[in-house]
Amino acid sequence: MALIVVPEPPFEAWLTALDQQMARSAGFFIDRPIVVNLAAMAGTDDDPAQILAALEARDLRIIGVEGVEMAALRGTPWFGATLAASGREGKQDKFIDIPEAAEPSPPEPPPPEPARRPSLLITRPVRSGQSIVFEEGDVTIIGPVSSGAEIIAGGSIHIYGTLRGRAVAGLLGGAEARIFCTKLAAELLAIDGLYRTADHWGHGLHGKPVQVWLDDKELRLAALE
Amino acid sequence: MSKVLVVTSGKGGVGKTTSSAALGAALAQAGKNVVVVDFDVGLRNLDLIMGAERRVVFDLVNVVQGDAKLAQALIRDKRVETLSLLPASQTRDKDALTPEGVERVINELREKFDWIVCDSPAGIERGATLAMRHADMAVVVTNPEVSSVRDSDRIIGLLDSKTAKAEAGETVDKHLLLTRYDAGRAARGEMLKVEDVLEILAIPLLGIIPDSEDVLKASNVGSPVTLHNPMSAPARAYAEAARRLLGETVAVTMPVEKKSLMSRLFGRSVA
Repeated sequence: MALIVVPEPPFEAWLTALDQQMARSAGFFIDRPIVVNLAAMAGTDDDPAQILAALEARDLRIIGVEGVEMAALRGTPWFGATLAASGREGKQDKFIDIPEAAEPSPPEPPPPEPARRPSLLITRPVRSGQSIVFEEGDVTIIGPVSSGAEIIAGGSIHIYGTLRGRAVAGLLGGAEARIFCTKLAAELLAIDGLYRTADHWGHGLHGKPVQVWLDDKELRLAALE
Repeated sequence: MSKVLVVTSGKGGVGKTTSSAALGAALAQAGKNVVVVDFDVGLRNLDLIMGAERRVVFDLVNVVQGDAKLAQALIRDKRVETLSLLPASQTRDKDALTPEGVERVINELREKFDWIVCDSPAGIERGATLAMRHADMAVVVTNPEVSSVRDSDRIIGLLDSKTAKAEAGETVDKHLLLTRYDAGRAARGEMLKVEDVLEILAIPLLGIIPDSEDVLKASNVGSPVTLHNPMSAPARAYAEAARRLLGETVAVTMPVEKKSLMSRLFGRSVA
């Protein structure tokens, strides 16, 4: 799924806000295909080619441009990458096939994956009020996670002990992440932004070894027995 | 080698001050040189429980700020010769304590005493963190109910991260003292059971103090329960806990439900 980025005038201020956003959540744009909608910039003095160059300089993976006349991009790498010449609601004819259109500007190859996924191992109890945050990968806990404690991981969470606090897995778009614990008594479980509190799963799984995963935008729990 | 022991809990009203006085007195009765230090600046109570409220002239804040010498502020107990009290100030607040001043006082106390028992205020703020700062050991006082257990868990986390020992890469020895335990109510599910608390907190058990009116009676006459009525159930439990602190192996006595003769006779037929 592509993200649509819509620059707004004044462009300099918008670009500053974008930089701040990227600094806050580094990695949000990594490997995400981007479609740039320039409709809001129509009628300003900013050159579409310069806007696109500014975005590309920030390592955004632009696969298409919309909301601008293709002629305005003549002579730039994005010539031919326009999706709909006159904006998103335009019903004109110049639809261009995305895969072909993306050909003239082959995306930069993504940085090579690190050979080993980083993981964090904790071999003592995680006490109430403590927060373990590890955005880079999986977290393994040997010991209990107390009520009022939280584990936040970019990847999966494995708890060899009772989970009484919160477990938040797949922090940065990790829909594949899972949560495992040997005894479920959790206050809150979340994967990829979708969370459920203890009311959701009721008493049936309480105290059981459980795994939690995301199944088409639905948080699912099952006993590991 | 002197030991600094902090008596802490997070939650208020669980029995920190009572336990500090009772354990301090029991250690002193075992022949150790003991000082009990009240860190609850602004809400001092330890002097009342120890029956020394009319003898306070200088206090911890005066010594920390250099206005009085340590010897001027220490109050020797009239019942046990080896027991002393360093009272808190009632007119100041916790901001009057400085980390450097507290460290200096603790180091001076280490030269004079075998055991320095620090009675921590409730909470996790400055007063509580300064009380635990230089501890070698901690007694975590917990009541068998969920909010007390969770607060104790939080305090254990702080003992593992905010103390001088933790920052030096060592660990503070932590012991659980379960107070206000009522075997009958635990059996009926109105209180957490000992096993439940131990499972959650995962630290060794120092002792179980039964819920008893002897504790309140002793407090009201200004005497640690171990001195006031040594044969009472809570006094014996505190004395056993003190022996465990001294390194003896003593089996933990489980409080049993007290049943009157009538309920024993008729308990069945009613059900």
